[in-house]
Amino acid sequence: MAISKRVVLHFPPRLVEQPIIYRLVKDHNLVLNILKASVTPKEEGLLVLELSGDRNDYDKGIRYLTDVGVRIQSLGQNIVRNEARCTQCGACVVVCPTGALAIDPKTRMVNFYEDKCTACELCVLPCPPRAMEVHF
Amino acid sequence: MAKTIAEINEKISKGQAVVVTAVEIIDLVEKKGVARAAQEVDVVTTGTFGPMCSSGAYFNVGHSRPRIKIGGGKAYLNDVPAYTGFAAVDIFLGAAAIPDDDPRNRVHPGPFNYGGGHVIEELVAGRDVRLVVSAYGTDCYPRKKLETWINLKDLNEAVLFNIRNAYQNYNVAVNLSGKTIYTYMGVLKPNQGNANYSSAGQLSPLLNDPYYKTIGIGTRIFLGGGIGYVAWQGTQHNPDVLRTDSGVPRRGAGTLAVIGDLKQMSPRWLVGTSMLGYGCTLTVGIGVPIPILSEEILRYTAVKDEEIFAPIVDYGEAYPQRSPEILGEVSYGDLRSGMILLQGKEVPTASLSSYPGAVEIANMLKEWIIKGEFLLTEPVAPLPGVEAGITFKPLQERPIEEGD
Ligand code: SF4
Ligand code: SF4
Repeated sequence: MAISKRVVLHFPPRLVEQPIIYRLVKDHNLVLNILKASVTPKEEGLLVLELSGDRNDYDKGIRYLTDVGVRIQSLGQNIVRNEARCTQCGACVVVCPTGALAIDPKTRMVNFYEDKCTACELCVLPCPPRAMEVHF
Repeated sequence: MAKTIAEINEKISKGQAVVVTAVEIIDLVEKKGVARAAQEVDVVTTGTFGPMCSSGAYFNVGHSRPRIKIGGGKAYLNDVPAYTGFAAVDIFLGAAAIPDDDPRNRVHPGPFNYGGGHVIEELVAGRDVRLVVSAYGTDCYPRKKLETWINLKDLNEAVLFNIRNAYQNYNVAVNLSGKTIYTYMGVLKPNQGNANYSSAGQLSPLLNDPYYKTIGIGTRIFLGGGIGYVAWQGTQHNPDVLRTDSGVPRRGAGTLAVIGDLKQMSPRWLVGTSMLGYGCTLTVGIGVPIPILSEEILRYTAVKDEEIFAPIVDYGEAYPQRSPEILGEVSYGDLRSGMILLQGKEVPTASLSSYPGAVEIANMLKEWIIKGEFLLTEPVAPLPGVEAGITFKPLQERPIEEGD
């Protein structure tokens, strides 16, 4: 059975410079589509992928990633903005890699476009009043 | 044109005052010119809504039976330590205080989920807060332990007292180093990955009255959704900095110490805040009315973001090492465009101070004045100005030798 799933991969700093994605594709026969990547040497790397392939290959691929120490997060979870806590400061717009948090140039309101959100969680801790909440 | 605050107040009481915000005045002056605008307008309202760390509140919690002397003991509000160096039941809670067992930056960057600012927000929201006290006991105050819920409405006094707020201009923070840093100016990505700023710019109170001609000690203001007063100049008040030809400071300059009854404030405008890897603070809403006593004062209020410049500072190296070096200047007009050019590179910008919040505060204050609910005050003393000769001194360390 073929499946296709969107996942967020968090690479601890020690893994950032390793050929993990290469092995994932080569050894596990998966097709991947990179939706978002944010990698800085010596820091946690982040990759948002669409992974497609045979169900068995997919499961093995995910096991391989977990075994080498990549933290995997499925996009089944939701990021919700607690509107009552959001102060409309705008600190999040430079943190969000997908443009899901963006300023309306006219009103200067900070809009949250849920359809663009990949639930990467990058905005959660930098938001000063902690308005971005992870819901499962 | 009204010439005195008393005359403006008379118009406010009769419901005849003409009030506009510091944004609206810009268009008005462009359309009608300074002279006409100064004739028509009585008050310009300003606003700012951002994290302000030198904030806090003091409380008189009432006397327990038997009595306890909190003074000189230890007191915690929801595990956050409060200052107890006062008489029996007065305590002071700072916005940046954090629980003794908070992991801080042991795993960097620490999240700093809960601190004094959050306690203040919860109290203002009407929620019960845990007070835990240990004291040493005296003949007149025998009790040594106290654990109780308290609620804002039951306290004798609850007073917001912020010793430095409403900075007149501020640094723009970037990070030239090769790794992400976590600062009070937010998360700064490596290699000038973003530029964070924190001023309401054209709406900011002291940028609309750059020489403190109307804002002084005793000025009645919007504070945290209620009414407060300017108590003093804020700490680090430093008027004598580089200014533009029209008098607008190009560096952090004046500051305000403000005070007001916490019981009539709102959690909408006092928000507990966590700066990742840095600490806890309080996002405070402040609005100051500026009486249009002359054309000169009106001209100052018409200042716009394009005419206000802020210094760009490297928080990777220059700021922590207290090096005076700046990387250049940029206008709030450019900052608000979302992108600035720095050393040939496009750098995305982010604000820590809420512009929509500042607009809303200026509008609320405007409504209060139009409805006759908020009268202006005559300052009882001016804030120290450029001529005061204040210098902002660094700490000169003098080593303490053994035997000193
Ligand atoms: S950082 Fe948080 S509070 Fe500020 S605009 Fe973004 S979601 Fe709202
Ligand atoms: S989780 Fe936050 S940072 Fe990540 S895409 Fe969604 S809004 Fe942007």
